[in-house]
Amino acid sequence: MFSVVKTDIRQIEPYSLVAFFMSEFQENCPIETITRSASDVVCITVLASQIARTACPGQFVMVRVGNGYDPLLRRPFSIHACDQKNNSISLLFKVVGQGTAMLAALAPDDSLDLIGPLGKGFSFGNTPACLVGGGMGIAPLYFLASELAARESTNDHHILLGARNREELAPFVDQFSGLGFAVQTATDDGSLGHHGFVPDLLDAITPFAGTIYTCGPHPMMENVVRKCSQLSLPCQVSLETHMACGLGACLGCTVAGKDGYVHVCKQGPVFPASEVKWTL
Amino acid sequence: MDTVTANTRPDLRVSIGGLELANPVMTASGTFGYAQEFSNLLDLDQLGGIIVKGISLEPRPGNPPPRIVETACGMLNAIGLENVGVDRFIKEKMVWLAKLASPLVVNILGDSVEEYGEIARRLDQVEGISGLEINISCPNVKKGGVAFGTVPTMAAEVTKVVRRVTELPLIVKLSPNVTNIVEMAKAVEGAGADAVSLINTLIGMAIDAKSRRPKLANIIGGLSGPAIKPVALRMVYQVAGSVKIPVIGIGGISCADDAVEFLLAGATAIQVGTANFYEPAVTIQIIQGMEDYLRQQGETSIRDIIGTVRTGAEV
Repeated sequence: MFSVVKTDIRQIEPYSLVAFFMSEFQENCPIETITRSASDVVCITVLASQIARTACPGQFVMVRVGNGYDPLLRRPFSIHACDQKNNSISLLFKVVGQGTAMLAALAPDDSLDLIGPLGKGFSFGNTPACLVGGGMGIAPLYFLASELAARESTNDHHILLGARNREELAPFVDQFSGLGFAVQTATDDGSLGHHGFVPDLLDAITPFAGTIYTCGPHPMMENVVRKCSQLSLPCQVSLETHMACGLGACLGCTVAGKDGYVHVCKQGPVFPASEVKWTL
Repeated sequence: MDTVTANTRPDLRVSIGGLELANPVMTASGTFGYAQEFSNLLDLDQLGGIIVKGISLEPRPGNPPPRIVETACGMLNAIGLENVGVDRFIKEKMVWLAKLASPLVVNILGDSVEEYGEIARRLDQVEGISGLEINISCPNVKKGGVAFGTVPTMAAEVTKVVRRVTELPLIVKLSPNVTNIVEMAKAVEGAGADAVSLINTLIGMAIDAKSRRPKLANIIGGLSGPAIKPVALRMVYQVAGSVKIPVIGIGGISCADDAVEFLLAGATAIQVGTANFYEPAVTIQIIQGMEDYLRQQGETSIRDIIGTVRTGAEV
């Protein structure tokens, strides 16, 4: 397929490098396990050998919900965990509407129709790493943390996680602690860790000279980006939008970038914070 | 009538005003990007035809977000015709597209009659382009923003201007947001169109009750998907009965049965749109399903079913 390519890949700009190697698959994936927590957070683990083999932290899949016309469109979900040994990936989401309710009602032996892995994920920047996650935005950061833990000592890195309350946050804390990380926490109601928002925790880790990776509600990420720009720290953000295709065809997943619109599905979902337009 | 056995491959070939298609299944403009986006997920060379995203004279940034919203059995979009412009399209996209086996049709759009003519002129001699589809659902900026596709004389004028600069097969894509779509079809037929494709999206709106805000930044958008199929089918039936040029059916086609219904209503070919988004290989499934349909019906050629909906007292 790529017989004409003679380019030195080190000369290609990062975006085209990703596009160059990117290949997505459509897979019918048997569900291995599905769990639902007290706070309506659902974790589905599916067998997806092709996707699991090639997925990178920060990438996503498009999930077909049911097989009828309502809901019509696939839903984008970031890859929460990827187990290459067992050829499985996990998706984590909160039940918020019709689509997520239908997915939550599935059982082992059902299967999910997935397209992925899609988009441009996190790229490993200067160490140490600081992962800042809020609410369900923590989901893709776990895949990133697993890769970090596999690469180097977990001691150097910071994990800052926030959610509304202990019930929502505690399962995440257990997960990241399981990888060997020390986790710092913030909750809106003060039921676990710092009483306040997760970007507040950034103050406690400065001076810090590494890379910030963040995903969460937009106002939270805006706060993180603001602090990073004050401290001149490189920051990568994972964005979420509505999408019809996830393939770069519908052009529906637009956000305002530094110079004009960018498309979250193909140019993202992970962007250097400097490439996105913020109201700082 | 020949007996079709399970082993016979039914003949799916159709002709659209000089455009020879291996089968009647094409991809609708705006739902298939520049085709490369789908190349890992289906064999593009099996398609009857590929219609790429609408191209304007200058690049267009498109509308502010949010641009899409899901509705019952459909979606609204207000993308705002974001595209790279005709020159970059030729330079950056055609190199790859020209290698495809399926006929490539380029959808064109403009703010003025002159712009349509200029885009067509630039595309005319480009290798690998088999036809043009004119999107007349755009506002005519020089005529107070009234859409070309809602005034028969304006639609005819655009068709004439493009006809003058190219001998490529010319398809005019009709808007359903008109009082009488048959009148529009006749006007462009008279102006030299080789075929008409219909329907483009129906203008719609969605509001978030909680915030009391429109769900699209553009407030209104185009409705597509299975929700619009009955409207599209009716319009294809009416137009096919009133013009001599071939009709291409579009509107919510999601499976082989849908496609067949449009052919029975009088369409010679069909375009699949929104379904590409959620089922990237749906066109291939439709082609296979059409073959199965013909076998079940004891037909040897897809051409024999065009316009054969039984509306009278036939037995």
